[in-house]
Amino acid sequence: MTAVTLPRLGAETLFGRALQGLLKSPKATVAAVVFLFLLAAAIIGPWIAPQDPYDLMQISIMDAKLPPGSESLSGGIYWLGTDGQGRDMLSAMIYGLRTSLAVGVVSGVVALGVGTTLGLIAAYFGGRVDTLIMRLVDLMLGFPTILVALMLLATIGQGVGKVMFALVLVQWALFARAVRGAALVEKDKEYMEAAACLDLGKARILFGHLLPNCLPPLIVIGTLQVANAISAEATLSFLGIGLPITEPSLGLLIANGYEVLMSGQYWISVYPGLLLVLLVFSINIVGDRLREVLNPRSAK
Amino acid sequence: MIVFIIRRLSQSILVLFLTSIIVFAGIYAIGNPIDILIAGDATAAEREQAIRALGLDRSLLEQYGTFIWHALQGDLGRSFVFNQPSINLILSRMPATLELAFVALALSLCLGIPLGLWAGLRPNTALDETVMTGSILGFSLPNFWQGMMLIMIFSVWLGWLPSTGRGDVGSFLGIHTSLVTWSGVTHLILPALNLALFKISLVIRLTRSGVRETMLLDFVKFARAKGLTERRIVLVHVLKNILIPIVTVVGVEFGSLIAFAIVTETIFAWPGMGKLLIDSIMRLDRPVVVAYLLVVVTMFILINFIVDILYSLLDPRIRLGDAS
Repeated sequence: MTAVTLPRLGAETLFGRALQGLLKSPKATVAAVVFLFLLAAAIIGPWIAPQDPYDLMQISIMDAKLPPGSESLSGGIYWLGTDGQGRDMLSAMIYGLRTSLAVGVVSGVVALGVGTTLGLIAAYFGGRVDTLIMRLVDLMLGFPTILVALMLLATIGQGVGKVMFALVLVQWALFARAVRGAALVEKDKEYMEAAACLDLGKARILFGHLLPNCLPPLIVIGTLQVANAISAEATLSFLGIGLPITEPSLGLLIANGYEVLMSGQYWISVYPGLLLVLLVFSINIVGDRLREVLNPRSAK
Repeated sequence: MIVFIIRRLSQSILVLFLTSIIVFAGIYAIGNPIDILIAGDATAAEREQAIRALGLDRSLLEQYGTFIWHALQGDLGRSFVFNQPSINLILSRMPATLELAFVALALSLCLGIPLGLWAGLRPNTALDETVMTGSILGFSLPNFWQGMMLIMIFSVWLGWLPSTGRGDVGSFLGIHTSLVTWSGVTHLILPALNLALFKISLVIRLTRSGVRETMLLDFVKFARAKGLTERRIVLVHVLKNILIPIVTVVGVEFGSLIAFAIVTETIFAWPGMGKLLIDSIMRLDRPVVVAYLLVVVTMFILINFIVDILYSLLDPRIRLGDAS
């Protein structure tokens, strides 16, 4: 039992350190609060949105393309205007935020899982396994993520599951490389020898002992990769090869506004875009701060 | 060195071959281009004839065999839509993309290095903080949205710059470029800025951390002791030392400029190969999509290959071939 609780204690102080570091920087604190606010808005979205933008009973084409602050036929106010179908932009954005965050977080977490496992295996077993995995990593990192994702989606078609698959495929390699680097350092330490002497199972050694000590780079990369995934999904959806029109993310909302931007109906693309930037920016600020706090090289 | 080159080349060929299989099989598994290419009122006989003319009636394996055989002879198939060799289509669009990428690269160096120097020489001041937060913002602005905002501000509201197209292309020393005509330059500014913003942020961060590390080194102290002006120390001695990592990283990033040009070209209707790719995906013009991907993968393999060799030339400590 003690063998398992010891690393956990380490992890707790790690999160404590991360939290303290965050709170010390006003900028990062504000960013974290903004992110938590957006996350909360996304989770309770259906209950706070003025209307369900995808329930045809609730939207009226007569209200199409109204500027922000207009009054609706039924008496409510469209604070951020309406789109070409007469949807309330604010509601559409809250629903879009849900989709964007879900896709970003899920694909980020799955990529973290896959990459971490492969990275740990590469570091622990070494030899041919290591060479094979790291060659794959080099191959993946040799191409820009957007190109690989685009290539894949152009090949297999669009859909929520497919976009997530593409995002995981382009992200796992970063995690694998970071974990392998950290694990190689940890591998020869005494606690690993002790674990080997106790004849613990390989899975337990890898995930119970080695992994908790490789967490700092993972936390940083994980944070930044969620932001990247959200951005990449928005870009793919904008290009028309990401999410289908039935699952509108922020990227698709912006794409809808692109067509009418030239005719001055700016709100259809500007507001969803601002929300997307706010989301990605706040995550990136937090990630950047975490890197400063958790990376021993930049500690002054 | 020669062993390294041979090994890398054989690896590259394997990667290209795998890419061709995956892309070919995947693309041919979705959608049916016949529905798009043939008029709705075509008779069954006309349909049959078109399918046979395009070679779509044969088995996937057979089609791939023909494709690879022709590809080895430099023929990547004919575009269904334009009815001309897809490789010619892509090569004719390539100069526009390369021009955009090079201008963006130049912009990112010209703006990124001074800003990075400026911030790096005054660490932990308000100015440093502003530049660094600005660079995070640069990373966070999704490329496509930032492009739309550029159009909205500079084309729709202010009316200063054109929003789409390439403008007039002039000729200078035999190179066709829009940099030599006024209309060309005005058309180029917004797309290039859009494409460069990401890289500007990257160069700022690289330069800043480079400056901060280099300023602490002994040779800087020595230069100070020698009585050199601070200006000369920074602009000659420090800059020369931080330029090597910047140039190599930027070299690798050139490939990603070509990839991101897909987004920029779509927004600004820039007639490059990225726009061609998106149009072809939408029209299910398979030969063009396959040809684009193979051409770009080849370009990437070449870029990575050249950068690897450059590394070893710039820094003799890196021994090629011993890596694994």
